[in-house]
Amino acid sequence: MTKLRRKTYMVAGYNTVSLGTGRKEFHPKKPRPGLEHYIKEAGQETLKMIGGAENVDETVIGNFMAAGFNKQANLAAFAPYIDDGLRYKPAVRVEGACSSGAMALATGIKSIQAETADVVLAIGVEVQNSVKAMYGADILAAAGWAQERKEGHAYFFPGKFSDRAKAYAEKFGEEKARKATAKWYQNAIENARLCPTAQEYHNTTKDLFEVGMTKPNPKAFVDSLNVFDCSKVSDGASAIAILSEEGLKRCGIDKNDCVEILSMGMAEEDITKPPADLTKLSTTTAAVEKALDSADINKERIGTVECHDCFTIAGIMAVEAIGFAGHGSGTDFVLEGNTSRTGSVPFNTTGGLIGWGHPTGATGVHQAVTIWEQLTGKAGDAQIQIKPEKPYGLTINMGGDDKSLVSIVYKKAV
Amino acid sequence: MDYTEKLQNVSVVGAAGKMGSGILLLTAMEMADLSLKPENKKRHFCINAMDVSGEALSGLMKYLKAQVLRAAERKIVALRDAYSDRKDLIENSDIINQYVDDVLFLVRPTTYLEPTYDSSVVFEAIKEDPELKVKVFKQINENSKKKPWFCTNTSSIPINELDKNAGLDGRILGVHFYNPPAVQRLVEIIKTDNTDPELVEFANTFSKNLRKVVVPSADFAGFIGNGHFMRDALHGIKEAEKLAEKYSFTEAVYMINKVSQDYLIRPMGIFQLIDYVGIDVCQYIMSVMNPHLKDEDLHSSLLDKMIELGVYGGQNFDGSQKDGFLKYEKGRPVAIFDINKKAYQDISTLKDKCDKELGELPASAKPWKAVIGDKNKDEFFKTYFNELKSLNSKGAQLALDYVKRSREIGLKLVSDKIAFSEKDVNTVLLTGFFHAYGPINDYI
Ligand SMILES: NC(=O)c1ccc[n+]([C@@H]2O[C@H](COP(=O)([O-])OP(=O)(O)OC[C@H]3O[C@@H](n4cnc5c(N)ncnc54)[C@H](O)[C@@H]3O)[C@@H](O)[C@H]2O)c1
Repeated sequence: MTKLRRKTYMVAGYNTVSLGTGRKEFHPKKPRPGLEHYIKEAGQETLKMIGGAENVDETVIGNFMAAGFNKQANLAAFAPYIDDGLRYKPAVRVEGACSSGAMALATGIKSIQAETADVVLAIGVEVQNSVKAMYGADILAAAGWAQERKEGHAYFFPGKFSDRAKAYAEKFGEEKARKATAKWYQNAIENARLCPTAQEYHNTTKDLFEVGMTKPNPKAFVDSLNVFDCSKVSDGASAIAILSEEGLKRCGIDKNDCVEILSMGMAEEDITKPPADLTKLSTTTAAVEKALDSADINKERIGTVECHDCFTIAGIMAVEAIGFAGHGSGTDFVLEGNTSRTGSVPFNTTGGLIGWGHPTGATGVHQAVTIWEQLTGKAGDAQIQIKPEKPYGLTINMGGDDKSLVSIVYKKAV
Repeated sequence: MDYTEKLQNVSVVGAAGKMGSGILLLTAMEMADLSLKPENKKRHFCINAMDVSGEALSGLMKYLKAQVLRAAERKIVALRDAYSDRKDLIENSDIINQYVDDVLFLVRPTTYLEPTYDSSVVFEAIKEDPELKVKVFKQINENSKKKPWFCTNTSSIPINELDKNAGLDGRILGVHFYNPPAVQRLVEIIKTDNTDPELVEFANTFSKNLRKVVVPSADFAGFIGNGHFMRDALHGIKEAEKLAEKYSFTEAVYMINKVSQDYLIRPMGIFQLIDYVGIDVCQYIMSVMNPHLKDEDLHSSLLDKMIELGVYGGQNFDGSQKDGFLKYEKGRPVAIFDINKKAYQDISTLKDKCDKELGELPASAKPWKAVIGDKNKDEFFKTYFNELKSLNSKGAQLALDYVKRSREIGLKLVSDKIAFSEKDVNTVLLTGFFHAYGPINDYI
């Protein structure tokens, strides 16, 4: 397995609020900040922490469907809008559906590896509340194969993962599956309540597990998922800086404030093919294996994971895909509390896609920011304890139905 | 009876009015849903939107389009199935737009009565005027080739009178929607001894398909809904008149309105409800009901006086509230009409004094909004009314008298055989008037 040839760091992470239903300041009928606002807010905050735009060699913006949600393309040209200092410098926008954010990170990491840049500003952004949910579903369906749209559910992706949830329940038992996803939901919201930028930060529901156990209503939504089993519809952006050793020097940054990137694993699956096994995330497994191999560590050394729980069932399947539990046993692993914030390997410690929010193109960057905060002790109320024998962080960002995967391994820099 | 065939050609008369527009919307969508079924692909459907006001009809089409769009968005899951054979419709937005077109293309706005002569079913929602209704029924019936069914939305006129006077031979039924029909879930169905049973069956199927809650009522002026509301309103008016002997008129209206809302935990006070329905409408419905009542005079000279002074209440075309007993800003009462000075007095100038006179609300009191969705409502009301009984304030006394009167009215509707059960009376108040508890209860 190829290893990174040059030391690579991340620092100066920033998340805007994940805005949408659940946040007190969100009113569907009132005007809201647009795409440019989010890019600027996240970009500027990160720039402040690295000594300004003049230190930056290149900007990468990850975004999925601004063309649909905001009638906007050519997002690279928003880089100079963040700061005049980025004028005439290179910028690129990358897209890989919901993995666009991590694709942006991967693109930045590659520039560092290629020695064409020492400091990269990586941003992920999505503004989705511009249309109602049923129209948003059309836009998001582009993460699947367009030829399948006609046959698909009105809520296309919830439909896809409802099929997965159904297959999983049929194979391994419905009761256990529902309990585990309810527990997943409970963890997500409880974690989100500790993070002021999280979309579910204001959530006050008392018995979350009981809500999680609600029987789905196929007439109103999909067969095997409830609306709260789905990630949120969110507006938001995240930014982080990716640097080489030279870059750190240039920006005057202390390594103690950084995470080091040990590896990344990327994997693609054919978008025109249905999953070989609905109860598995095989491409996720492929990407994680590559990342762990390349970092030369085994999964027991991972202290925390940010996984792509676009649906509660995807969280359970991710646990299995990494190998923490065998096929069909991810439910027990979650129900035993292993993924909770005090468990053996806390997952999604600021709420993940269910609790923090899922501004699609921003999510991959948000995951990196969360891991950076946790490993460097900057997570505030959401801080978990990182044990010395488990010093590594792992992110998994997924585009489409287990199609475009990026997995990254992090460790606090020394 | 072939339900679908009956709905292939329908007319709504008075289609641009408050009730007609809602009935048209719901019926047109039901027809479009039928037309989308594979077995009906060859059938032709049309609905005449007949109204004397051409201007109102243009407004109607805008209203329809906006409403159908909202409905289509909400039922996108079912619509994707209904259009699964249409290869050209791929995205939700394609399907939603097609459905809006499919509903609107069924609708034929007209200011002439002639097109209704081809209809199998005629929904009538013109103003509450027995002679006008009879005239319209007669004209359609005499010119039609189809022996059409008539569904009238009258709030108070006995159906058998309309039947007799228009010579309809039992082809008429009361299908009494509540305002606004697109939102309100209650439908009272009123048959006469003479009503064609197939028509009743049709109306029941139709209402169920519209996902309405159906309550049957005997054919007696006012039926259940107005039978309760008009008497309940009259009680409030009389209580206010009594109070006005000791307090000013505006103070009396304020206090009774507050008691009937906050103490009774209802969605609005009785004077606000009278304004909402329309003072003129209330006066009129009472006048239609009154001749049919024996030991009772359902009439209010206060309402007459308000009308004389030109204060009507009711709603503007956009659904906003017109001033009546109360004056409204952004839908909230801010002042009360002083019948002596013929001017509105700000609530802020009398609120403190009146609230003090009424005394404290029971400590367990909650606003209607906080109670309506509560699963343990019943427990709450038991505690609440017990506490109310233990208070010795003017407010509590007025409230208890009000609750007793409301219960008495409900029981009388049952003993007079206007309602077929106590449950039906409660359903009407719970569903049609959004009360949080039925009037026939054992709380006090
Ligand atoms: N508004 C309510 O809360 C309510 C509730 C239940 C039942 N109703 C009953 O529904 C009926 C209609 O009430 P509304 O409030 O909708 O009244 P409305 O005044 O809003 O509508 C009546 C419509 O009928 C039209 N019209 C008048 N004469 C006509 C004629 N000869 N031919 C065709 N159209 C004519 C008018 O132009 C108007 O558009 C009444 O019988 C009323 O008692 C009303």
